[in-house]
Parts: sequence; C-alpha cells; structure tokens
Amino acid sequence: MTITLQVNGDSHDIDADPSTPLLYVLRNELALHGPRFGCGLGQCGACLVHLDGRATFSCILPIAAVGARKITTLEGLLENGKPNKLQQAFIDEQAAQCGYCISGMVMRAETLLRVNPHPTDDEIRRHMRPNLCRCGTHAAIMRAIKRAAA
Amino acid sequence: MRLRRILFAAVAVFVILALGGLAWAWMPAIAPISANERPSVDEQTYRRGAELAAIGDCDDCHVGDSGKAYAGGRPIPTPFGTIYSSNITPDMETGIGSWSETAFQRAIRDGVDREGRHLYPAFPYDHFTKTTNDDIHALYAFLMSQPAVRNTVPGNKLAFPINFRPILAGWKILFFREGPLGKEDGKSEEWNRGRYLVEGLGHCGSCHTPRNIFGAEEQSSPYQGGVAEGWDAPPLGSNPILHRKWTADELTEYLSTGWHPLHGAAAGPMAGVTYNLAAAAPRDVRAIAVYTADLSAQSGGADKAAAPKDAKQLAGAFSEIIPIFTGACAKCHDDKIGVGPSRAISLSLSSAIREPGSANTVRVILEGIHPQPGFGGAYMPAFGSMFTDQQIASLAEYVRARYSDLPQWTDVREEVARARQGGS
Repeated sequence: MTITLQVNGDSHDIDADPSTPLLYVLRNELALHGPRFGCGLGQCGACLVHLDGRATFSCILPIAAVGARKITTLEGLLENGKPNKLQQAFIDEQAAQCGYCISGMVMRAETLLRVNPHPTDDEIRRHMRPNLCRCGTHAAIMRAIKRAAA
Repeated sequence: MRLRRILFAAVAVFVILALGGLAWAWMPAIAPISANERPSVDEQTYRRGAELAAIGDCDDCHVGDSGKAYAGGRPIPTPFGTIYSSNITPDMETGIGSWSETAFQRAIRDGVDREGRHLYPAFPYDHFTKTTNDDIHALYAFLMSQPAVRNTVPGNKLAFPINFRPILAGWKILFFREGPLGKEDGKSEEWNRGRYLVEGLGHCGSCHTPRNIFGAEEQSSPYQGGVAEGWDAPPLGSNPILHRKWTADELTEYLSTGWHPLHGAAAGPMAGVTYNLAAAAPRDVRAIAVYTADLSAQSGGADKAAAPKDAKQLAGAFSEIIPIFTGACAKCHDDKIGVGPSRAISLSLSSAIREPGSANTVRVILEGIHPQPGFGGAYMPAFGSMFTDQQIASLAEYVRARYSDLPQWTDVREEVARARQGGS
C-alpha cells in the first residue's frame, strides 16, 4: 500500500504496511536518524517528532494515521543547513552526554519556546517531564533551553 | 381549582424556605487566632492527620499552582460555573492561619467558614459532617503544621443567583443532614470503619452518586454512578456491566496502587484518588475496600469477560482503523503477550469499554494515563495530539465492537467534541 507523507517540507511516497510506525519509515526509508527508537511504547520520548507542530511519539504513530499532516524531525529544524538557535544552544552547553534522548529533548523544547519564549525553570521542568534521560544530563539540558530562551 | 391549590402550596413552601433560609443564613464569625495560639502538635497526631487528609483527597482540589500542597486555586468545574479551591495552608491573610479549631470544625461539619459565610458544597461537607472530633482535631493539627503559602485564589465564576452565598442556607435546609454516623450492629468493626470513611471523609458519593438539578446527591440512589469532570464515575453498587464483581482484596490493591491486573488502571479523577490513598493507613484502605465490596449484592468471582472477536470479522466496517489500532494500541494492549511494562491489560477486561456511554473510553484515548512522578504504575500515552477526532471516534467504536458483546455506542462523536473542549 502506498502512503504519501509530508516530511520536512518534502513529499514522499512510501510503500509499506499501513500499521508501520512512522519512526521505522523515517529512519529506515528516509534515512532521517534524528528520531531514535527508545522504548517503542510512547513512554520515553526519544522518537519525538512534530506532527503539524505538535510533539508526537513517532514509535506508536502508524503511518495510516498521518494523512496530510506535516511531519518535522530534528533535521527539519536546520536553518540553511545549519543548527538553529535551539540546536546550537544544545551544542554550546554540551547537553548531549550519551546523546540518545537529545533529539527528542530538542523537539520537545521547541514546542515550549514557540508558545512561551521566556519560560521559568519550573515551566521548563513541567514541559519536559514526558521526555526521559537515563544518563543524567538534565542540568545541561536545562541550561541549553535557558540559553536558547535568553 | 386543584391547580390553584397546588400553586398556592408551592408558593407557600417557597416562602417558608426563603424565610427559614434567611433566618438560617446568618452565621456568626468566630474570632481569629494569632499564630502563637496554634496548638502544639505531636508526631502521632500529625501522622494521623496526614493519613486522614490522604483519605479525604484534600490536596486533589486544594492543590496550588506548580503543585504547592494545599495552597488552593485549582478551578473546579461545576454545572453552575467555576469554583476555585481555597488556600488551606496556615497563611494568616490568604489561608486558614487565623482559624481556631472551633472554626475549622464548623467548616468541616456545617460548611461555614470562619467569617460565617456559607461554603459551596463543592467542598463536600455533606460527607465531612460525619467526621469525629478526634479526626477533625488530627486534620486541623496536620494542616496547621504545613508551610504557610501566600496565595490569593481567584474569585468564583458563578452565575446569579448561585453567586449569592446566603441562598446556600436554603440549599442546606433542603439537602444537608448534619451529624455523625452511628454504628451498624451485626457488621464487623472493619466494615463499620470502612463505612465511616467511605460515607464521610472519603466522600466517594460526591462522584459515584448521581446529583439532582440542585447539585445535591440523590439520596434515593446512592452509588448508582455519577460524573466527575466529564468522566463517568461508575456505580459502586451492583453494576451488571462489569465482567466480574470486585472483591475486597482486589479493591485493596487497586485503591492503594491505582492498578489491578483483572480491572486495569485508575484513570481520570480516580487516578489522583488512588495516588492519595497510597499514603493512607493500609488498614483504613482495607476497611474502605471491605465496605465498598459489600455495596454490591452481585455474587462474586464470575468472569464474564468476552473473548476478543477476530479482527478479520470486523474488517468490513473498520478497515481504515484496524491498522491504526495495530500500530498504536496493540503495541501494549496485546491480547497474547499479556501485561507489559505499560501495565496495559487486555481490553476484554476493561470496564470503560463495557460502560453504557463512551465518555471514559474517549477520554482515556485522548488524555492517556499518567502516573504521578515517583508513583509508578500504569502508563498510557495521550493520543489527543496524534489522532484526529474521526480516528479517535473510530477507535472507540472499534474496541467496543471487538472487545465487548454490547450494542455499539451512539454518543461517541459528541463525547469526542465535548472532551476536546475540555468540557464536562
């Protein structure tokens, strides 16, 4: 079955089972390796992408459910091929330790700064709660988001 | 002639109620106390107060912004408008810091604040009135030992005439019965303890008993099922839709952990209740379970769970939604593998899918189930941002068709629209 997906501004015809999780298509068909496979159950946020601008777990989103809605991955945030302000802030603060969760963290943080450009520490913590980091780089992630919001 | 007499009688009743209400409406203020007049609190009383506050679920409504305990300000939606919970920390100006124990006792028992104003029954004094002096003392000691938080809560947004507090005196004459609860002979100590907590501090009927148009619980149909913030609060008495009757053991586990393998997870407003009950005294939770299990006359144990239908049989009507169910829901709700790390049960065991209305199924798909930080338990992602209204509605209808033998819901699209608006 062929399904058309709008990813990072481009249109792609995908030939796959309609129940295939979007994450598999992004990584294996479109070679977009920003989103990661973490838990596969929508619990950890490593696979986070934007669906029409809203944070969405791509590991439990079947491609049949996407329709004409626009998908953005970590790669789609680049501006003229360079990291955008938020991505650069994560680099400047060396927020990636093992790095596995960071794509999801950036995608989640972007949805906060878009509606709340100057969040308090408390607002950042509450917003980022659904995304898990197991290696302990939370403090650097906080700094990166605050740097981007400054 | 007959009609005129009925009208006359109705007017007379109204006038008597209005006059009685006005006479009753006036309550004296109780003198404020200063911070150093507060009682000293020993550890045992404090701990008892904390356990009782957990059973009363106090912080669920009285929680403040950013989760500050008891600081108040949470908007409580009611059919009459929005009521903001009060600050019950011992702050002198914005909390209850100047309340004596006598004033606190009057609020719990009679629904009147220190200044003498009637409180709205969103504060469930119709249940709390059954609480003993000793328990009120422990609650008072516990709350007065909390950190004082300065937090002025917004004014209630209620329409006239509900916003005129003295009319609550009339409401109380009609619907409020003050007083303690006697013991029922022939029942065990544990059962009586459970009854005291369920009917009193636990205020289970606030959600699980239907309410009349005046917002009072229907005394004639206790625990026959009500609503809570848009969710259906299922009947606690006999409930023929259940696939099996709750036993006291199952209820004990469910109430203190928020989950049971044969019944699933507490969702919606019940999730917060179980989170709080985890901090209550285990013997009290057990007593609540014993009494609640006894509310239902149904005989126990029979497992009526319907085996899921073969998806292929349903493919005609649901061909578009089945791949979405497979790619999203079945990742955890897998009928073959059993309960995984999300603690997702087979949907054949779900009571939400068997309920007469689709409110809970729709809401749990939209909002998910989110354990409190540090509490653990069942987890379900919120699918509200992933799926369209049409997809959510089709999923609800599909699980109803596949996992129950009951007739299809007719309210699904309405419920999706209502839940999306955050309405009740």
